Amino acid sequence: MTTTDITPVDFDEAIDRYDPVLGIEVHVELGTATKMFDGAPNIFAAEPNTAITPTSLGLPGSLPVVNAKAVEYAIRIGLALNCSIAETCRFARKQYFYPDLTKNFQTSQYDEPIAFDGWVDVELEDGEIVRVEIERAHMEEDAGKNTHVGGATGRIHGATHSQVDYNRAGVPLVEIVTKPIPDTKGRAPEVAAAYVRTLRDIFRALDVSEARMERGNVRADVNVSLRENPEAPLGTRTETKNVNSFRSIERTVRFEISRQAGLLDAGEKIVQETRHFHEDTGGTSSGRPKSDAEDYRYFPEPDLVPVAPSREWVEEIRAALPELPAARRRRLLGEWGFSDLEMRDVINAGALDLIEQTVTAGASAQSARKWWMGELARVAKDRDVEIEALTITPAQVAELQGLVDGKKINDKIAKQVLVKVLDGNGDPAAIVESEGLAVVSDDSVLTSAVDQAIADNPDVVAKIQGGKVQAIGALIGPIMKATRGQADAGRVREIIMEKLGVS
Amino acid sequence: MTDSTSTPDMIRRSAAAQAAALAAGETSSEELTRAHLDRIAAVDGDLNAFLHVSEEEALTTAREVDSRRGAGEELHPLAGVPIAVKDVVVTKGQPTTAGSKILEGWVPPYDATLVEKLRAAGLPILGKTNMDEFAMGSSTETSAYGPTRNPWDRDRIPGGSGGGSAAAVGAYEAPLAIGTDTGGSIRQPGAVTGTVGVKPTYGSVSRYGLIAMASSLDQAGPVTRTVEDSALLHELIAGHDLRDSTSLPGPVGPYAEAARRRDVNGLRIGVIEELEGEGFAPEVRARFTESLDQLERAGAEIVRVSCPNFEYALGAYYLIMPSEASSNLAKFDGMRFGLRVIPEDHPTAENVMKATRGAGFGDEVKRRILLGTYALSAGYYDAYYGSAQKVRTLVQRDFAAAFEKVDVLASPTAPTVAFRLGEKIDDPTAMYMNDIATIPANLAGTPGISLPSGLAEDGLPAGIQFLAPARADERLYQVGGALEALLEDSWGGPLLAKAPELAGGAAR
Repeated sequence: MTTTDITPVDFDEAIDRYDPVLGIEVHVELGTATKMFDGAPNIFAAEPNTAITPTSLGLPGSLPVVNAKAVEYAIRIGLALNCSIAETCRFARKQYFYPDLTKNFQTSQYDEPIAFDGWVDVELEDGEIVRVEIERAHMEEDAGKNTHVGGATGRIHGATHSQVDYNRAGVPLVEIVTKPIPDTKGRAPEVAAAYVRTLRDIFRALDVSEARMERGNVRADVNVSLRENPEAPLGTRTETKNVNSFRSIERTVRFEISRQAGLLDAGEKIVQETRHFHEDTGGTSSGRPKSDAEDYRYFPEPDLVPVAPSREWVEEIRAALPELPAARRRRLLGEWGFSDLEMRDVINAGALDLIEQTVTAGASAQSARKWWMGELARVAKDRDVEIEALTITPAQVAELQGLVDGKKINDKIAKQVLVKVLDGNGDPAAIVESEGLAVVSDDSVLTSAVDQAIADNPDVVAKIQGGKVQAIGALIGPIMKATRGQADAGRVREIIMEKLGVS
Repeated sequence: MTDSTSTPDMIRRSAAAQAAALAAGETSSEELTRAHLDRIAAVDGDLNAFLHVSEEEALTTAREVDSRRGAGEELHPLAGVPIAVKDVVVTKGQPTTAGSKILEGWVPPYDATLVEKLRAAGLPILGKTNMDEFAMGSSTETSAYGPTRNPWDRDRIPGGSGGGSAAAVGAYEAPLAIGTDTGGSIRQPGAVTGTVGVKPTYGSVSRYGLIAMASSLDQAGPVTRTVEDSALLHELIAGHDLRDSTSLPGPVGPYAEAARRRDVNGLRIGVIEELEGEGFAPEVRARFTESLDQLERAGAEIVRVSCPNFEYALGAYYLIMPSEASSNLAKFDGMRFGLRVIPEDHPTAENVMKATRGAGFGDEVKRRILLGTYALSAGYYDAYYGSAQKVRTLVQRDFAAAFEKVDVLASPTAPTVAFRLGEKIDDPTAMYMNDIATIPANLAGTPGISLPSGLAEDGLPAGIQFLAPARADERLYQVGGALEALLEDSWGGPLLAKAPELAGGAAR
C-alpha cells in the first residue's frame, strides 16, 4: 500500500485522536527603494530583466553591499515582534544550484539572525488570544522567477523550456520563524491563518511592506505535525511551501491534519518533506523529501562585513515605532465605546481602517459603524467585493452622515444617495443638490400639501380631532408620497397639529 | 614632432620616466602606446602574455589624452602611460575570461572600479593578460589559452597566477600592469621574472569587478619594473569604494614619496626564521642575505623573528581558498553568461549546468571546487573550514607579535627561481609549495612587496619580499625603494637589463 492510497480522516475525528503542532515561516518582501545587496530598483511588475545590476544578475566580479534601510526594516519587524536585536550578526551563503538563483547561493542569515526570541499575540475571531513564540527573524534575498513554457498550467512538468526573470532576484526579505505552536487543537487552521494575518497587519502598520498576499509580498511555509497527545514528543512534520492566502493557509492545515491522521491511523510513518498546496483541490502534494541531512554548505559570506546595529540606533528605531494593530484596536475600542462584539465584527469585516477614517472625516463612531457594517457591508456582499474595494471613500460616508445629521436629508434618501455615490455620480452633497433630493421644509409647500390631505381624508381628521392623535400617520403618509419622500416629516406633523388645533 | 627612432628605447624606461617624457613633450601617448603595441606584436607570439590586445581602444584613449594635454588640461601624472590588465578584472567592452574556457567570448557590460580609475586617469589599456585559470596556479600553465613563457627563458614558467602581467612588464610589452594576489599571484611572478609586484593591504584596492577566487584573500595590486612605479599605480587604484563592503576607508599613500625616500636608517627589519631555511634554494637564500647586508650597511637593523604558526599557513590556505572558490565559482553554470553546453540527452537546466561546468573548467579548478565543497560539507565543516579559520587567527597573531618588534618582515619571495614548463604541473603539492612565503600575508590581510634580489640558480632572477602591518603599505615602498637603489648601484643598472634579448624584440 502506498501512502497515496490512504483516505484522509474527517477533521474533527483527527483532532479527537491527535494533537496538532504548527510551525510557520513567513517571508515578507520589504518595500525598500532598492534591493537587499545592490542599487537595482525594488519594483513590482517591471519589464522582465530590467530592474537589474551586475550584482543582482550575479555577474562575474560583482559584489554585494548591505542595504541599510532593509536592516532598519528588519529591526522594526524584530522589535514589533518583541524580539531581541543582535549586537552583531553575519550573513551566510546558502548553497544550492537553481537557475533562478543568480550566484547559485542565496545570501541569507544562518546561525546569526538579526532578531530572535520574541512573541506576538494573535486574536482569533471570537476574541480568544493565542500567544505565538517567535524563534527568529532574519534577513535574506529573494530569488528570480522561473516561467515554464510549453507545459500545462505553467508547471515544469512537460515544459519545453523555461524563462527566468531576475527582477525579483535580490529583493530584500525578512523571514520570521515561529517556535512550535502547541495546544491549538481544532483551532489550528484558524490560528495559522490568524497568525499570518496578524503579521500582515503589523508589516503594514510598520510601513515596511505593502504586504499584499496576492502579489506574493507575504508568503507562508506551513509546518504541521501530529502527536498522540500534548505530552508526547513532537511528531514528524511536513512543510507546505509558499501558501499565499489566509484561506489557503487554513485549508492547508486542515488538509494536512486529516491526511496525516489517515496515515498514522493506518500505521504509516509521516515522511518529512516539503509539500505544495493546490488551490483547485484544496489538497497538498508531495514536493521533495527534506531531511536534516540536506546540505546547504553554509559558511559566512566573505564579501560582507558583520552587521552591528548600535544600541542607540536600535533604541531610536524602537522609539519611532508606530502604534501596532493590537494597541490601536484597544485604543479605538475605548474611544469609540463599541462593545467587544461590535469591535470584533468590525475587525473581522476588515472595516476598522474605514471606520477610523470616517470618524476622522467628522462622523460619529456609531454612525460610521452603522454605515460600514450595515448598508455598505450589504452592498459589498451583493456585489461580491471586499468592503475596502467599494467605490466610496470614508470622507464621502462622513459627508453623507453630515447631511442626515443636519436634517438636509432623511435616512431613506440617504440610502438612495449612497447608491448614487457608489455608482460614481459624485459626492453626496453635490448629488443631493443636483437631483433636488433635499428635505422639503418650506412651510408654504408643506402647508398646501397638508391642506390637501385634510380635505381628502375627513374621516381621519375626525378621528384625530376626537382624540386619536396617533391616526395622524394616515395623513402624513400621503403627504410624504406627494413630496416623493423629501418632506420633513416632523414639520409636516407640526403643521397638521396646528391646523387641526390639537396638541 | 619627436624622433620616432627613440620610441623603442622609450618602452624600456620606467613608467615614471615615460610619464615625465610625455609631460615634457618628448613623445606622445599615441607614439608610446603604438610602440608598446608594436612590441607586443613582435614578441608576444613567443610569450603569450596577452589573451586580448585592444589596439583601437588603447590608441583612442592615447589620442584623447594627447589632445587634452595639448589643450593644457591638468592630467593625472600617469595619464597617457599604457597599462595591461590581468584578465581576471572585468573591462567593459573588452573580453574577460579569467583564463577559463567557461568565459570564452564573454564581454562584460561593466568596468571594475579599478578599471574606472585607470580610464578616468587616462591610461590606455593595451589588453588583458594571461593567467592561471581563475587565478588558480603558480605557473600560468593552467590557463585554458596556453601558458605564458618567462622572458628570461622561454622554457620556464613566468610564475602565476599573474604570469601574463609579470611577463608583459618584464618583456617591455607594458610599463605597468594590474595583478591580483590571493596567495602570491602578484609577488611570486614578480620574483621569477625580475619585476616588482605589490599586494596591498586587504581592502586597499576595491575588489568590485575582480572575478573572485577567494573573497577574503583576493587583492589587486601593481605589477611594474620599479618600486616607484608600483607606488604610483597603487596610489591611482586604491581608495574606498562603496561597492565593496570590505574596502578600507581612509587616506591613500604617500607611497611614491616613500619609494623615493631612500632612507632605511633605524628601520627594524625582521627575518622570518620559518621562511629562509629548508626548501629555499641556496642561491635564492644567498641573494636574500646579501640584500639584507646592503640594508644593514645603510643603517637598518636586522633582527630574527619567529612566526611559529606560519608552518600551518599553507594547509589553512588550501582549505579556506578552495572553500570560498567552490562557492564563488558556482555562478558559472551556463545560464546567464559565458559558455553553455547543451547535452543531447535530456537537456534540463541541471544537466546543462553539469555539462557546461564539466567542459568549461580545467582540472585545477575542478580540483579546488571539489576540495572546497568537501571542506564545507556538513560534518566536515568544523574540522576543515573551522580549523583553518583558527589557524588564520593564529597567523594574524604571529604578525601582530612580530610587528611589535620590527617595522617590516622579510623573506625570499619564492623558494626557487623559475622552474621549467611542465615540471610541476602534475604535482599539485609541489606547485602549492611555491606560495609558502607569500600566503601568510593573504591570510592576515597584510601588505607585501616583491622586488628583484639578484640572479640566482641558472642565472635567473630571484625576489625578496617585505611584509608590513595592515595599512602600513608605505613602509614597503620605503624599504623597497631603498633596497632597489642599493642593488642597482651594485649591479650597475636594473636587473632586467641582464635579461636576454627576445627574438623579434631587438632594437629596430
